[in-house]
Amino acid sequence: MNDLWEGVAAAFWLVVMLDADLMEITARSLQVTLTAVVIAAALGLPMGAWLAINRFRFRRLTIAVLNALMGLPPVVVGLVVYIMLSRSGPLGVLNLLFTPTAMVIAQVIIVTPLIASIAHQALRDLWADYHDLLISLNTTKGQRIRALIWDARRSLLTATLAGFGRAIGEVGAIMIVGGNIDHLTRVLTTAISLETSQGNFALALGLGFVLIGLAIAANLAIHTLSRTERAGRW
Amino acid sequence: MVAVLPLDLKAATVRRRGRHIIGPVTLQVKAGPPTIVLGPNGAGKTTLLQLFHGLVRASSGQVSWAVDMPQADLAQAYVFQTPTLMRRSVQDNIAYPLIVRGVARRAARRQASEAAQSVGLGAHLEAPAHVLSGGERQKLSIARAMITEPQVLFLDEPTTNLDGRSVREIEEMLMAAVARGTKVVMATHDLGQARRLAGDVIFIYNKGIHEHGPASGFLDAPVTPEAAAFLNGDILE
Repeated sequence: MNDLWEGVAAAFWLVVMLDADLMEITARSLQVTLTAVVIAAALGLPMGAWLAINRFRFRRLTIAVLNALMGLPPVVVGLVVYIMLSRSGPLGVLNLLFTPTAMVIAQVIIVTPLIASIAHQALRDLWADYHDLLISLNTTKGQRIRALIWDARRSLLTATLAGFGRAIGEVGAIMIVGGNIDHLTRVLTTAISLETSQGNFALALGLGFVLIGLAIAANLAIHTLSRTERAGRW
Repeated sequence: MVAVLPLDLKAATVRRRGRHIIGPVTLQVKAGPPTIVLGPNGAGKTTLLQLFHGLVRASSGQVSWAVDMPQADLAQAYVFQTPTLMRRSVQDNIAYPLIVRGVARRAARRQASEAAQSVGLGAHLEAPAHVLSGGERQKLSIARAMITEPQVLFLDEPTTNLDGRSVREIEEMLMAAVARGTKVVMATHDLGQARRLAGDVIFIYNKGIHEHGPASGFLDAPVTPEAAAFLNGDILE
């Protein structure tokens, strides 16, 4: 229990003193994760909508694979991205390994299937409602996807927040491709991992509480901005 | 505007997963006063309307309009038995068909607002569509169907389960549309409604067209015993 209280105290002082290192790695955590989630949502939401409205031969298989990819082990993703980006790898010339960009790439791969899969489930039900009407109105596929995404925007926000949750707390992949380099690729989760292995439990815990607070703050901010959970709104 | 009617069906048959739903149907829908589709539940009224509109494809036979398909598609609208409301405001629901056709958002919303006023939904413009009552929902879907000024308007039992006042208001909307030259093709099982609106009647029984003729003749002196029994209020199976 002593460690826990010291952790709370450490977190408190880190936040109150606006610790420079803490601010830097928190900002980087947010920057990497938000970039990754925005890209993943831009890919995953239309992908989910497309899957909801199209009937094709391997639909069932595609959806099963997508659902399975939700549980993609981050360490494996990190390893594959590492190999692709390493000097001898196919994308080695881009010089991206151990940069925040590499971390974004790994997180996009982890988060996109999650967002696409949850979006698909939400949009499938809406499409069942809209099917006859939108066919009757001679809508194009693009218009159908846009109408579904717009009208289900609140469920899709949940899908995106789930993606954010997974990305902000992820450590396996970004540790491998980012390398946890101080002032370059160190983020909250990799810092926690490092401090723990060095035995600095209080600091590690402090960073952990900051991370949890950050996740809650980001969710609240998005809900407030989009005014969900208010009467008479979807 | 090129006339899309008459609509011609030649031996059109619908089968679904090997099951025979309706047909062969051979008939012509002409411009003029409303065509009312009558018949017992499950006889195929909805399938016939959807076949007309193109929501259901003929397994064999032909369905053809006086113009080619893309043009015919743009000149018709369909009102479903259960109104499909989009998760949007009343105004945005009514504006949607215009937006689909490339009308600018602002102009579409202005037109939708006028349409909503004219059917008595003016007070609910910004309300989410799902808070409307049953009668208001159906008025919304008719206003939405009429916003593109279709030449042909299909309605599938639009007044089922509505109270008398809503039925009267909806019939007034339809008569106004008819007066503007819109062809109304409507399924109903309300014989009083058929009497009030019909120009001609299509009577469906046993998965086919059993009788088709002018309303006055059909409603007062049906030719077939089944139609007579149906009009009499007997139960047909």
